[in-house]
Amino acid sequence: MLDVIKSVPIEYYVWLSSLLFCIGVFGVLIRRNAIVVLMCIELMLNAVNLLLAAFSTYLSDAQGQIMVFFIMVVAAAEAAWGWAFWS
Amino acid sequence: MSLTVFSILGLASVIFALLMVLTKNPVRSVIFLILTFFSIAGQYVLLNAQFLAVVHIIVYAGAVMVLFLFVLMLLNLNAEAEPRQTDRWKLGAAIAAGMLLVTFVGALRGGIQITVPAETNPQVGLVQNLGKVLFTDFVVPFEIAGILFLAAMVGAVLLAKRDVKI
Repeated sequence: MLDVIKSVPIEYYVWLSSLLFCIGVFGVLIRRNAIVVLMCIELMLNAVNLLLAAFSTYLSDAQGQIMVFFIMVVAAAEAAWGWAFWS
Repeated sequence: MSLTVFSILGLASVIFALLMVLTKNPVRSVIFLILTFFSIAGQYVLLNAQFLAVVHIIVYAGAVMVLFLFVLMLLNLNAEAEPRQTDRWKLGAAIAAGMLLVTFVGALRGGIQITVPAETNPQVGLVQNLGKVLFTDFVVPFEIAGILFLAAMVGAVLLAKRDVKI
């Protein structure tokens, strides 16, 4: 068994991800630069990715990590669109 | 040992994320976001999701953030270019985000019940296992993701050439 499963409770990952997600929401609300708002959305997506990967490892189920790949696909497509739109 | 690494990486990611949100200069925001992504990649290594960590660094630090830096420098955006929010709006935003955090904590506290399997497979995050799952159980979503990328590519070209007639 991995050392991280024994020594870090899954709740800690939940709290860390919630905090990062809320920082992303805060950034979306206070920044007015559209590109920085997109970056804050990336931060929110990453918070969710971290939690999916943590649960995937704790339950030793690969489906969570596959889900992270699809979220990364969406984030990359979004970045490509944003780049074309503002340049 | 793992708890120490987790705490250091978690603290670093939270601090860098806050700096990224609060700093005035958009280019500095990008740099702090890259640092946040690197600490999240460290978390993936800690979780033994090594392929995910590598892909995360390649996709985010390598592609997405370089695109953002390109746009920011191409448009010459700086701290003066960004319209300022009023202090009251900032206070309201802080309260709203804090309420969201309180909601998360209240909803999830004590409610997370997972039973870790007695024999966990530490190889679950390695590329061999992930490739098997991706190309057997998730073939259809994988192909749809390919179509999504194609659409994003065509859309990006169309958006970049605004005068094109369809």
